Amino acid sequence: MMTRPTLPLLPTALLLASLLSGLLFGGVAAAYTLEEFEFDSPAQQEQFRELIGKLRCLVCQNESLAGSQAELAQDLRNEVYEMMRAGQSEDAILDFLVARYGDFVLYDPPLKPSTYLLWFGPFVLIGIGAVVVIRTLLSKKTTPDQPVTEADRARIDELLNADQTADQTADRTADRD
Amino acid sequence: MAKSWRFLIPLIIFGALVILLVIGLGKDPRKVPSPLIGKPIPEFSLPELTDTGRTLVDDDLRGQISLVNVWASWCSSCRQEHQALMVLSENPDFQIVGLNWKDDAQDALSVLRMTGNPYDRIGYDPDNDVGIEWGVYGAPETFVVDQQGIIRYKHIGPVDRKVWEETLQPLIAQLKAEG
Repeated sequence: MMTRPTLPLLPTALLLASLLSGLLFGGVAAAYTLEEFEFDSPAQQEQFRELIGKLRCLVCQNESLAGSQAELAQDLRNEVYEMMRAGQSEDAILDFLVARYGDFVLYDPPLKPSTYLLWFGPFVLIGIGAVVVIRTLLSKKTTPDQPVTEADRARIDELLNADQTADQTADRTADRD
Repeated sequence: MAKSWRFLIPLIIFGALVILLVIGLGKDPRKVPSPLIGKPIPEFSLPELTDTGRTLVDDDLRGQISLVNVWASWCSSCRQEHQALMVLSENPDFQIVGLNWKDDAQDALSVLRMTGNPYDRIGYDPDNDVGIEWGVYGAPETFVVDQQGIIRYKHIGPVDRKVWEETLQPLIAQLKAEG
């Protein structure tokens, strides 16, 4: 990730916004066989698969519990499995892990004051970008054409009607204006 | 309109970004803050490694300051901090309680025979039952537990002289003063 210093404000803001939103909305690839776990129903298996995909392995931090081969991930998969078999709800299982390992164990950071910047930062940056664009566009319009006054018209006529010899004098007068 | 300073805006934003990234680089992403700080220790009951007939329970961590050290024979950083723990074991201000984590009892005992045992008591947790309760995700980790059984600090990685002098020693002095 690199942002060049010479980028003007707006593209920088947009780049940041797109980078941040990429982080937020990027998908998680899961690859793990569930053969070692037995389930009552395909729905339960699906629920388990979905749940461990939401959880981060703390050892290999870029892997979900579903994808990680780390031993700790195996322990936590077992724990999640046991809790599910014991009839615990998905929220209860997530709360259990968050209470011990912190929000970091969740791939989706929860919405709370300390994560407001994370959740709303990209929109703030987009907003700043939009303000800059609008202001730039408006400032171009704020130098309107000067209305042509009667005095101007008289001057134009005078210049247009002047003969060849008077031309240079008129030019000099105009320069001085 | 004063345009003279406006060219500085991208520079300032870039500067802020650099500062942010440098701070980010300086942080160790492996050190995940524990949500258990300030919370009571979880209830647990484990057989002791050195005497499986006895059990170590959470109440054993109340009434005095404790360092709870998560270790294993397979963990090389634990060997690195072992000498520091041996020195600390002579300090009367706290007890050192080991949590032998995801380990084999014979391997763990032979490490202790060879290098000495700095622990007052050791809970044996081969299946990570208590480790999960404590939010352990690697070894070594060291928790500081106060007299009331509240977890006050968690150190991730080996304890060395620097960690002791800069962090653990002042904290233990503070806990001792709190009584």
